Amino acid sequence: MTTPPMIECCHVTKSYVRGDQEIPVLQNFNLSVPVGQFLAIMGPSGSGKTTILNLIAGLDRPTDGTIRAAGIEVSQQRETDLARWRARHVGFIFQFYNLIPVLTAAENVELPLLLTPLSKQERAKRVRAALELVGLGDRLHHYPRQLSGGQEQRVGIARAIVGDPTIFLADEPTGNLDRDAAESVMMLLRRLHQELHKTIVMVTHDPRAAEYAQDILHFDKGKEA
Amino acid sequence: MKLLWAYGVRNVWSRGRTTALTVMGMGLVSLIFLSVLMLGDGLTRALVDSGSQANVLLLRQGATTEISSGLYRNQTHIIRSLPGIASDTDGNPVALAESVVLISLTKTGGEAPVNVTVRGTQPMAFTLRPQVHVVEGRPWQPGAAEIVVGAQIASRFLPQGIGSPLRIGKRDWLVVGIMSADGTAFESEIWGDADLLMAAYGRESYSSMTLRLSNDAAFEPLNRLIADDPRLMLQMKRERDYYREKSVTLTTFIRVLGFTFTTIFSIGALLGGTMTMYGAVAARTREIGMLRALGFVPAHIFFVFLIESLTIGAAAGGLALAGGAALQTVTLSTMNFSTFAEVAFRLTLTPPSAAATLGFSLLISLLGGLPPAIRAAHIPVVTALQAPGR
Repeated sequence: MTTPPMIECCHVTKSYVRGDQEIPVLQNFNLSVPVGQFLAIMGPSGSGKTTILNLIAGLDRPTDGTIRAAGIEVSQQRETDLARWRARHVGFIFQFYNLIPVLTAAENVELPLLLTPLSKQERAKRVRAALELVGLGDRLHHYPRQLSGGQEQRVGIARAIVGDPTIFLADEPTGNLDRDAAESVMMLLRRLHQELHKTIVMVTHDPRAAEYAQDILHFDKGKEA
Repeated sequence: MKLLWAYGVRNVWSRGRTTALTVMGMGLVSLIFLSVLMLGDGLTRALVDSGSQANVLLLRQGATTEISSGLYRNQTHIIRSLPGIASDTDGNPVALAESVVLISLTKTGGEAPVNVTVRGTQPMAFTLRPQVHVVEGRPWQPGAAEIVVGAQIASRFLPQGIGSPLRIGKRDWLVVGIMSADGTAFESEIWGDADLLMAAYGRESYSSMTLRLSNDAAFEPLNRLIADDPRLMLQMKRERDYYREKSVTLTTFIRVLGFTFTTIFSIGALLGGTMTMYGAVAARTREIGMLRALGFVPAHIFFVFLIESLTIGAAAGGLALAGGAALQTVTLSTMNFSTFAEVAFRLTLTPPSAAATLGFSLLISLLGGLPPAIRAAHIPVVTALQAPGR
């Protein structure tokens, strides 16, 4: 018996309507990501890379086609069910880290756990473990403004892994970092893939970042290049 | 969800200047609201608390005030003999016939004269009104042209205090004491000997009579006896009810006027709160997108922004209460439309008014915060994640 893919997009089309114009973003897009794969999607700006991540995470809905991820038909779910599913199965890593400035590193990392039934002590234990995993065990009570860009992104990664999700979706995770910080972030993602066998889909236009992935999908103008 | 609560509250303080201005604006409007309540409470305390539930007041039928009332001496004798009136230690009925007149006095530093109540009374007045005490000097001697002035009168009209002469009717009187009355309207009165005052005005009749009931159940039988006696033609009221009636016109006027202004100002404060919160939503749109991407639902986002707005409201309420506490030292005076006499009162902060002010501030912030919170909860996630800013 073959294991079903972790993510499967079948004949996905996505277009946006601006005024009376329909702007196609994805055209008949197909993708199959096996369990435990680290896939990089590369392409120029505006090619529809981020749209793929948004559709997989259920943040946006396809105009046509179906998307299955972590055991559910994403495109068919209700908003509240999708939110619950995301909290359990999806870890997001953003280009601009998106940390909340008024919360400490530990509090930022704790956010996804608020949606779980874990006790306060259990949450604190997990937060510490996640921050230690990204090398920031001594920065628990630092605010984002007290951290460097690379450290902020590592907090972002800790926030993504703390809930032990099935899928990691990374949107230009190194796009805002210098070379050294970018390398340390990519090393972390590689560890998640190799040691914890997580499925990762990363969108990037940085070839050096893409080299850390197992597979690279080149993308342009809404379809595989 | 304590963390979401902290998130909301900390965001309020992170925008120091904007928050401070919004809190000040909303706080000032809440202070206006509180001031109106304090005015009402102060007047109520001055007027309604002047009366005791254990005392009853007798006025001529049809009279609405002591000034427009009259009782002949023989009527006071009949009343003293009626059952249901408490007795003092010597066995005498606790019944007090008084004569009330208005005189014109000019405030220190003022130009226009105002009416001041002069009460011709007897020493028993201090038994019937235990809140009244001579705090400086001594009580008047029965039969002597001496007066005791209320603390509000002494401070505003007779700065020389004890020893000052005062012309009342056809006689000169000497101030021998100053009385306080726990903030009630008696502090705005002048008390002296009833018989001398009536003589000074050439009067034969008293204005009113105040009795202490032997017990609460005595009210109805006594009321019936007085109403049925054709020699009396008097009406009987509980003293407290009489003073409440006297305060209704003035307190209603102040409350209607005050609340009208407060309503207008509160719309401004509400819009200020709305603008602040819309600004907060705009500045944190990407944060909203991130939270939604993590799995938070619109209700969580709505909750966070509402907490922020309510925090501003609570701070504004706190500011208003601090202002209200400071205003308690202020004493105002006005003419009571019912008696045409000057009454001075202290702005009074009561627990119900404090609670109402906090409720008012929270309501403004709730109403002002609702539209931005609804907007925050319904921004499409993808749009939010693409927003500029932090």
